[in-house]
Amino acid sequence: MFSRPLLRFVPNGTKINFMRGRFMGLATSAVLSIASVILFLHPGLTLGLDFRGGIVVEVRTQGPADFGQVRAALATQHVEAAGVQSFGAPDDVLIRLDAPPASSADHEARTQALVDSVRHAVATLPGAQVLRADAVGASVSAELFRDGMLALGISLLMILGYIWFRFEWEFAVSAVITLILDLTKTVGFLVITHFEFDLVMVAAILTILGYSTNDKVVVYDRVRENLRKYRTMPLAELIDLSINETLSRTLGTSTTVFLAALPLALFGASLSSFAWVMLFGIVVGTSSSIFIAAPILLLLGEKRLRRDSRPPR
Amino acid sequence: MMYYSRLKLASVVAVCFLGVLLCLPNALRQPAPTVPWRQIHLGLDLRGGSYLLMQVDMNSVTADRLRTLADGTRQALLGAGLGYRDVATDAHAGTVTFTPRSPSETEADLKALRAMPMAVPNEFAVAQRPDGSIAVTLSPEAMRLRATDAVTQSIEIVRRRIDATGAVDPEITRQGDDRIVVELPGISDPERVKHLLGTTAKMTFHMVQDNALGSAVPGPGVSLLPMMNAPDQKLPVADHVDVDGSDLTNASAAIDQQTGEWAVNFTFDSIGARAFAATTQANVGRRFAIVLDNKVVQAPVIRSAISGGNGQISGGFDAQSATDLALLLRAGALPAPLSVIEQRTIGPSLGADSIRAGMISLGIGFALVIVFMALFYGRFGWYANVALLANLVLMVAILSLFQATLTLPGMAGMLLTLGMAVDANILINERIREEIARGRTPLAAMQAGFERATSTILDSNATALLAHIMLFAFGTGPVQNFALTIMIGIVTTLFTTLLLSRMLMVRWYARTRPTVLPV
Repeated sequence: MFSRPLLRFVPNGTKINFMRGRFMGLATSAVLSIASVILFLHPGLTLGLDFRGGIVVEVRTQGPADFGQVRAALATQHVEAAGVQSFGAPDDVLIRLDAPPASSADHEARTQALVDSVRHAVATLPGAQVLRADAVGASVSAELFRDGMLALGISLLMILGYIWFRFEWEFAVSAVITLILDLTKTVGFLVITHFEFDLVMVAAILTILGYSTNDKVVVYDRVRENLRKYRTMPLAELIDLSINETLSRTLGTSTTVFLAALPLALFGASLSSFAWVMLFGIVVGTSSSIFIAAPILLLLGEKRLRRDSRPPR
Repeated sequence: MMYYSRLKLASVVAVCFLGVLLCLPNALRQPAPTVPWRQIHLGLDLRGGSYLLMQVDMNSVTADRLRTLADGTRQALLGAGLGYRDVATDAHAGTVTFTPRSPSETEADLKALRAMPMAVPNEFAVAQRPDGSIAVTLSPEAMRLRATDAVTQSIEIVRRRIDATGAVDPEITRQGDDRIVVELPGISDPERVKHLLGTTAKMTFHMVQDNALGSAVPGPGVSLLPMMNAPDQKLPVADHVDVDGSDLTNASAAIDQQTGEWAVNFTFDSIGARAFAATTQANVGRRFAIVLDNKVVQAPVIRSAISGGNGQISGGFDAQSATDLALLLRAGALPAPLSVIEQRTIGPSLGADSIRAGMISLGIGFALVIVFMALFYGRFGWYANVALLANLVLMVAILSLFQATLTLPGMAGMLLTLGMAVDANILINERIREEIARGRTPLAAMQAGFERATSTILDSNATALLAHIMLFAFGTGPVQNFALTIMIGIVTTLFTTLLLSRMLMVRWYARTRPTVLPV
């Protein structure tokens, strides 16, 4: 352990024929992504407070929560809660209110005033304390949503531009197509798990995109190197060789990032859903480098990347 | 590639040592006030507290400016002995328009208006319009300047009001063109602060038009204002401001000795005192109204001239409302109404839970990565681990140096940085393994490993950096903090992997000259 490594992921010189299963990989990915898009359309993402607007108050009651009591207390303050539910521990209660419709006059002021009413209601419950109280007005939530989507879109464009600049366009296009496929699957994961989609989730998705790109860049880097080195090798064989050569690294780095994010998923309190999405993204991003990005590169580059060096007929 | 000069060695070690020094203030107590002591601030989510996002009502800033411009226009025309009719303001266009008494006066009107004093060069333009009316138009620059001033001034007033509440370490910052962020650590119920900041506190003194009492439609220059304690009752009050509340020097809450009720005592400055004395002297026996934010607090009858510059307001206050009003009057009126559009509060127990969760995750994640690297990469894995520790130290050091704020997402950013940081070491090690398998000597293999891996490392970090720059640019609060820690982490990662861990490997090689590499 202190001098020679005790464990290895893959032995030296593996020769797994990944490209033979390329249509299988692409088809699986397509099915998963289409399913995700359907899930996105119906039932759709659970929007978090950032993007939906409204009020969320988390309360810790003395002893196991009595929801009837909480609802009664809210009723005395004339607050109509959209949801009173438990989360985490049995003594934790989450009170959710919708924002007044943005069309009504002074809806912003009313949103903010509602929080105080909820606080007053909670104050009448013996021993209860407010853990968190957030109120986001309609104008702010609309802006946060726009900014989040802009950050996602511009990041994708910048990644496209960067890879284009550093490699050939075939690399950039196949990377971005793969990233979009990764992204749709992550959205599908969010729909299935009912994790709230908010700014923190945008951060998770952007981190996944960055990580996934990094993974693809490493494989592409090797493809480019081998393109110069083996001038006559067919592209399919060459991509297979490159994936095999970088396989140990791909699995190693995925594992360390996975291990770093795992405790956050298990113990990370409010960030645990963020970390689960990260873990999902790491698995998806790693497998897509091998099974998606490489086959797309092969499809796009079969004619072009090898044009000058194809063996004469 | 395989040689490090003593100078380079010394500087890498020095940077790491400096990093450790910079981390110390977070763990120790400041020995003396003169010792520079920079440490990381805990974010509201870890510390507990309130975050308020406030919007400055820009429409009212424009409306206010147009009202004074209209007033100024009337004064200028009257001063020059000219007449006018149909004075109107258009907030959207930023204009005051009127029709001259007769077309023959147009030239004189223009001349008089162009002589009006301007706060900034070209603040407004005066022009005749095709229909014969005259328009005074504020320039967009002047309006923008005034809006900026209003926000700056609002921040100042907000700061004064919050300081007066005794809040510890409040952070008040501008966001965008017309927003103010107020962060209040330790205050987990911001209701009182919201009330204090939501009050404009514009106090003015007007005469009550008793002759219009009871009529539903007040005459020109008179408005019906509701009483503060009885909003159904309305009082006809002259629009003209006799004394302005901004001319106060002091205000305090006290119990009135005669009535035993809470009241607010105030003192005018010399301008206010003179105006107050003159007004009261001229109007003995009439009623004057104390108006706060367009509501009549009180309308007492003037018994005699008040010359001392002291006054008292009593209008059914309790201890809290009297104290708050005194505080607001001392701090001054806001130039425009402020409204809260987003608030987030975190209780102290949740903050403590989050710190614990973050620390546990960071500790376990760090340990898992270290064990992994040791098991899978042996000696070179341990070198990577040394670099990893240095990476953590340097991240904390940079955050401390800039006295940055650390939030729970920020801690997640540090953790993910640690997970990604060893990627560079893995790339180098795997490359060395490959080169050894191809039959290269240890020296050649290490050289090739460093050389080939460097461009890959730079590429992969550059793409991660791009994504997080976007996140920082478009995110807010905790998300920005996440992006910031990752961006700092990318820089420290490049340093620790490209310099530190590589140097450890090279020095080990130079020392032992091994025939077989531990890969």
